[in-house]
Amino acid sequence: MSKYTDHLGRPLVAVTGLGVVSSLGQGKQDNWAALTSGTSGIHTITRFALDNLRTQIAGTVDFLKESDEGASALSEKLASLAAEEAIAQAGFDTENFGGPLFLAAPPVELEWRNRFALDALVKSEGEPGYDLLLAACRRGTQEAMFHTTEFGYIAERLADTFGTRGLPITLSTACASGATAIQLGVEAIRRGESDRVLSIGTDGSVSAEALVRFSLLSALSTQNNPAHKAAKPFSKDRDGFVMAEGSGALVMESLESAVARGAKILGIMRGCGEKADDFHRTRSKPDGSPAIGAVRAALDDAGINEDAINYINAHGTSTPENDKMEYLALSTVFGERISTLPLSSNKSMIGHTLTAAGAIEAVFSMLTIGTGTIPPTINYDNPDPAIVLDVVPNVKREASVSAVLSSSFGFGGQNTCLVMTAEPH
Amino acid sequence: MQNNTVVITGIGLISSLGEGADAHWQALNGSAGPRVDSETFKPYTVHPLGEVDWNNQIPKRGDQRQMETWQRLGTYAAGLALQDAGIKDDEALCSTMDMVVAAGGGERDVTVDTQILAEARVRNDLGTMLNEKLTTELRPTLFLAQLSNLLAGNISIVHKVTGSSRTFMGEEGAGISALDTAAARIRSGQSTHALVGGSYNSEHPDMLLGYELNGMLKSDGWAPLWQREGSAGGGVITGSGGAFLVLESADHAAKRGARVYAAIDGIYSAQIRRKREDLKETIAKLVGAASADKPAGLIVSGATGAHGITATEKAALDVFASAAIRGVAGRVGHLREAQFPLAVGLAALSLFHGAAFPPIDAKNEKAASGGLDTALATSIGATRGEGVARLVKV
Repeated sequence: MSKYTDHLGRPLVAVTGLGVVSSLGQGKQDNWAALTSGTSGIHTITRFALDNLRTQIAGTVDFLKESDEGASALSEKLASLAAEEAIAQAGFDTENFGGPLFLAAPPVELEWRNRFALDALVKSEGEPGYDLLLAACRRGTQEAMFHTTEFGYIAERLADTFGTRGLPITLSTACASGATAIQLGVEAIRRGESDRVLSIGTDGSVSAEALVRFSLLSALSTQNNPAHKAAKPFSKDRDGFVMAEGSGALVMESLESAVARGAKILGIMRGCGEKADDFHRTRSKPDGSPAIGAVRAALDDAGINEDAINYINAHGTSTPENDKMEYLALSTVFGERISTLPLSSNKSMIGHTLTAAGAIEAVFSMLTIGTGTIPPTINYDNPDPAIVLDVVPNVKREASVSAVLSSSFGFGGQNTCLVMTAEPH
Repeated sequence: MQNNTVVITGIGLISSLGEGADAHWQALNGSAGPRVDSETFKPYTVHPLGEVDWNNQIPKRGDQRQMETWQRLGTYAAGLALQDAGIKDDEALCSTMDMVVAAGGGERDVTVDTQILAEARVRNDLGTMLNEKLTTELRPTLFLAQLSNLLAGNISIVHKVTGSSRTFMGEEGAGISALDTAAARIRSGQSTHALVGGSYNSEHPDMLLGYELNGMLKSDGWAPLWQREGSAGGGVITGSGGAFLVLESADHAAKRGARVYAAIDGIYSAQIRRKREDLKETIAKLVGAASADKPAGLIVSGATGAHGITATEKAALDVFASAAIRGVAGRVGHLREAQFPLAVGLAALSLFHGAAFPPIDAKNEKAASGGLDTALATSIGATRGEGVARLVKV
């Protein structure tokens, strides 16, 4: 084990660039100021009509021109802003990054506005339906609409903008996607495929249909008033997550190459672990074994003992199921210490940024390591007595944090955890 | 870092040709023409599935109901691959098995969509109408049956593959990256065995719409893959099916006495900006790199049929004169994310049998000569993403 390799002789992976956008704002500075002051970005939705919707709140990003241009355009813009910030901080050329791209992006579909527009082209010609939409396409191609439906389009645009290398990977592991994008980047560096990678999680997909879909699964909070109180992870009266948007980007490098070029090391992406659940499409195995397995796998991969972790950036979605299962998993791994180990959920303020969550929360975890400030879990007014945690309630805390566990769990049995540490001295 | 040999020990295929590696090999060596349906989605042609008894690989009806057809196809093909590799129901091997799925998205509810389009013609409050219809008409479980990563989720539930679960998206490129990543992880020792593949349902109007927005579908009936330039529409004829492979390190396979079809020697991929970079040159470079030390006797092409792109690929491949070329979309249609896993699977089967299968389009594909010890598989995406795999006899 040299100073540049880990316990298994693999290259240590340094983080040298971070970028973030959320409903709290654009860039690390604005986000961190809001996050550490306990500010919520959750608000009443203005993007679409709310009639008949049980949930009327979200953490949408409304301050961009692309905010009303659909999931593909907004997801791309969010990713682009976060990536630019991260690459610039790392000191690489923002037009010629030169390493591979791993992009966690939401599945996209032809939006309703486009379906209506297609139908309008041909509505004098027959009954509405797919036959007619297809006939509309035969009159002339709809290239702009086509791009919004292609899963590979956002990554192609980003690759073009930032000059990433090779065939970019677009991925989805549901709400663990952002963490998976980071994991793929770490693995590529460990394999020696590149000395630098760009990992991004982005999600700008809040629409009426997306909201209704989650709503029909009873996954969303319906406590619309006041909006900023709806996301309350680990509280007794938590009733679902709040959909949100944003993006997190990380530039990662082999520590050796980062040091050689004199880059500022923000932290080490020390370990990644995953374990799939075979129990149910939306529920976890009752014994929590897959989540436990993912946490243990991340610690093993990092080569550190659970005692070394001094802060947990929790998945903490604010759904009854997730928070209960996450507590079961963490208390199993950490034992009694879990009740005094600082843990907080960024989702109490920014909501659940879905595909982006793992990446945004990794960015915030790195900022905790760098600044010694732990953001709070807000809206913690009515603790769940069955979940005995130090959630850093309502007010930030100053602490020296050298190792963070960040967990991500998603529908489809997805469980991915990351271990981040301060730069080794 | 390790440098393991990556071998294919399981091939799971389902398509219009039937199900199973053997059935595909026999169909490709038989004289029957392609199975096509040019009526259901007129003027478009698809390669439809035949009768499938889903119970064979998805025993619980409850599980079948939770999936749309593309998820069922993928879960079914994954089961076939595991069975073929002798891993199915082996709890120890499945619970440690890595998984990379190349997925698109899913089939929408045609009835609900049609209702909404009809209402939109007579209402001005589109947003309110949309909420009304979506909240009352959408099936709550449909979301999960459409969701990209839920194909992998269903494979975990039905086949108990739980070592890891990653879903790649992005049309043909997803299939290329999925195999590339799984093979790279095994080669370097990050993984010992993995399930990789994808599926596609061509028999759904929303899937056709995804292509036709860009005018990519052939609209005047079926024609051989290499003879579609200049035909009406854009040249693509899609097919329903799924292709999954079991990859292992050679050591892992040997220790459990597994049958090995072939080794994946390398995967070469790119994503050029086609508007300003030369596609033919790129394909030639990738194929050249994949056959640098030894020319391949067979190139199983995943060409999509898309006008221009397909002709460019053929022209690039024809330069490698010693290889027999087989465009599989001419027989099973284009399976998008699953096309590269399918082409790699058929290349591996050919190596296992020691010979290429006969030409699919005899006018444009030559008969193979002699034994076969190296084969390539290609997937050149209809709009982006280029990949070539090199497989060798073991």
